[in-house]
Amino acid sequence: MKKSVILGALTIAGLSAGVAGAATLDDVKTRGTLICGVNTGLTGFAAPDANGVWAGFDVDMCRAVAVAVLGDATAVEFVPLTGQTRFTALASGQIDMLSRNTTWTFSRDVDLKFEFVGVNYYDGQGFIAPKALGVSSAKELDGATICIQTGTTTELNLADFFRVNNMSYEPVPIETNAEALQQYNAGACDAYTTDASGLAASRATFETPSDHVILPEIISKEPLGPLVRHGDSEWGDVVRWSLNAMIAAEEYGVTSANVAELAKGTDNPEINRLLGTEGNLGEMLGLDADWAERIIATVGNYSESFERNVGENTPIGLARGLNAQWTEGGLLYAPPFR
Amino acid sequence: MSDTNAHSVRFVRQSMIPEQEPPLTEAGAIKWIRENLFSGWLNILLTVLSVAFIYYVLSHMLPWFLNTVWNAGSLSECREIRNATWGSDVPSACFAVIKDRWPQLLFGFYPSDYYWRPVLALVVFLAAIAPVLFSGLPRKMLWFSLASPFLMFFLLWGGTIWGPIVVASGFVLGYALFVGLSKAAGTLVGVIAAIVAPVIYWLAIAGPLARGLGAVLPIGLEFVPSDDFGGFTLSFIIGIAGIILSLPLGILLALGRQSDLFLINKVSVAFIEVIRGVPLIVWLFTASLLLNYFLPPGTNFDLMLRVIIMVTLFSAAYIAEVIRGGLAALPRGQYEAADALGLDYWKSMRLIILPQALKISIPGIVNTFIGLFKDTTLVVFIGLLDPIGLSNAIRATTDWQGLYWELFVFIGLLFFIACFSMGQYSLYLERKLQTGHR
Repeated sequence: MKKSVILGALTIAGLSAGVAGAATLDDVKTRGTLICGVNTGLTGFAAPDANGVWAGFDVDMCRAVAVAVLGDATAVEFVPLTGQTRFTALASGQIDMLSRNTTWTFSRDVDLKFEFVGVNYYDGQGFIAPKALGVSSAKELDGATICIQTGTTTELNLADFFRVNNMSYEPVPIETNAEALQQYNAGACDAYTTDASGLAASRATFETPSDHVILPEIISKEPLGPLVRHGDSEWGDVVRWSLNAMIAAEEYGVTSANVAELAKGTDNPEINRLLGTEGNLGEMLGLDADWAERIIATVGNYSESFERNVGENTPIGLARGLNAQWTEGGLLYAPPFR
Repeated sequence: MSDTNAHSVRFVRQSMIPEQEPPLTEAGAIKWIRENLFSGWLNILLTVLSVAFIYYVLSHMLPWFLNTVWNAGSLSECREIRNATWGSDVPSACFAVIKDRWPQLLFGFYPSDYYWRPVLALVVFLAAIAPVLFSGLPRKMLWFSLASPFLMFFLLWGGTIWGPIVVASGFVLGYALFVGLSKAAGTLVGVIAAIVAPVIYWLAIAGPLARGLGAVLPIGLEFVPSDDFGGFTLSFIIGIAGIILSLPLGILLALGRQSDLFLINKVSVAFIEVIRGVPLIVWLFTASLLLNYFLPPGTNFDLMLRVIIMVTLFSAAYIAEVIRGGLAALPRGQYEAADALGLDYWKSMRLIILPQALKISIPGIVNTFIGLFKDTTLVVFIGLLDPIGLSNAIRATTDWQGLYWELFVFIGLLFFIACFSMGQYSLYLERKLQTGHR
């Protein structure tokens, strides 16, 4: 039977190679599960617990789409992907969407033919160094050895930053975050650079966090967000507005606690349209009317997901910063639901 | 005589002295130490240096091992317990992570209610491999060995029991045709029929038949998708499947490379050189990434199966070269003697050449297998959660972030046990097959 599957697959491959499966939304509905690419393990963003249940900020994005489309937040098949395999997996159709702390860049959007549907976390690359090094700014790192993860945008940013500032450095390329931390703690490098969210999360696990300082410079823009393939705008819309629903829900004060109450109808037409008591937004997306209500009821709004996974009450302890609503000085700005 | 002695000699012992202990420096541990460790100034110097080195290593590692925290829910809890028990500057291991996550390291995301299935599959595997490894066991057990791959597949993946049975019956069909037609119409017809008929059967009949039988008699286990496999279960499945499949393939390739038939010879050479000339990690990336572009979107061609195929082909190329070495080491006279007895090619290979060549190749073969088994950890780079991949995932939880060595010590220990047993078996086999050529 195995053999017949292989040979059958090869035959079909020969017949239909090049026929892109455009209707991802229909595929997901037929299949009954969403196949979502996530990180193989990044604290706060994606990690399996002792029972193998995935949790994290990026994972919530997958669950939000699953609950909107299929009505079941557990109907997600998570595909752990490395930095090298993530884009091929998406481009080849192995996964429906990628939610793996991926930076939205020009070349990824245009050249690799992906569609970034939004930003769910504004990050930036920072440095951590031991206090004993006596450095208070990244501009004092001239001649330092710096641990860096390979295969990410951080490598390029680091080179750019040092070149612009006319400084030299010695990179220590390392495959994973855990090894990089081990090397950094063992003194193999003077400083470690990665996304600031990762630095905060890692510092919290150090023996004596106060011996290490996160330098104030943020040397890059890292808008992280979910992405889908080019050429299937309907599916892109579903993912985009699932994210926007979470952001908008926070703005309008809709939480998982009060969504059932608000879904009975309010005098705010924006909330009514979001929750499907007014208008037919869900129908336009190819979903039912209470798709957004389900997202908020199961996954929560943006703030709830943030606080649960990476917020100040978790060991990671990230402040909202740039990721606050536009009304509170952040960059989150969901387009209107109308 | 004794009387004369009694007068002329003052004292003569009348009885034997009881046997005495040898001098302290000439026996037991002291003698051994003197001879082996302190026999000269150079040895004394080396001994002292070695002891100092061992002490240095152990003094750094042992406290860490001995001060192990076993009961904690997170790394910070581990540190609190350590601070309360030994003080904050004492090195201490936090093996609580193993206690917390060992099922995951062993079984991946396999449903915990069904952990007995991989365990039972391992027992089946050991029972099946025993008659192959140890010739003292009854030969009838080999029938069980032949059936075991299907049984293990059924146990691990579940689903309807008819799938494996229907596939297995294809082999029975092929064998029956071979035996029947070889007698009636010659060996070549038999071989062709034995290959063509089962393939047609598998492609055209097997699927509907299995479904039909499954609908009539729904016997089976809960289906577990390949995505749920992880940890050592994954390593073992890839490793064992690769080992079992690559040995016969490697033998065929080695014979092909020695063959006088132009086409077979060149195909074997090309296959071996191409596969061997490219790193395994490239083949794995080919299997996981490149293949995706050729398959239509949504094709569910199991990633694990692709990895098993790649690993098998890779190790078969190495095995082929090892066995070719064994074939080349045989004296020419053995080939000639086989011909002189009037044996055909397959009989001479099966009865004369291969038993001797394989015996010579055992260390090389086992070496390749150990390498293959350890190479399964490379699948971490294509996103499969083998033990190394899981250790990254475990560290990504807020509870255990910052841990490092504990997980690798555990993983290393399990790999060591598996590889060391393989090595020991190869030594046993060499001793058993030793027929005294030297």
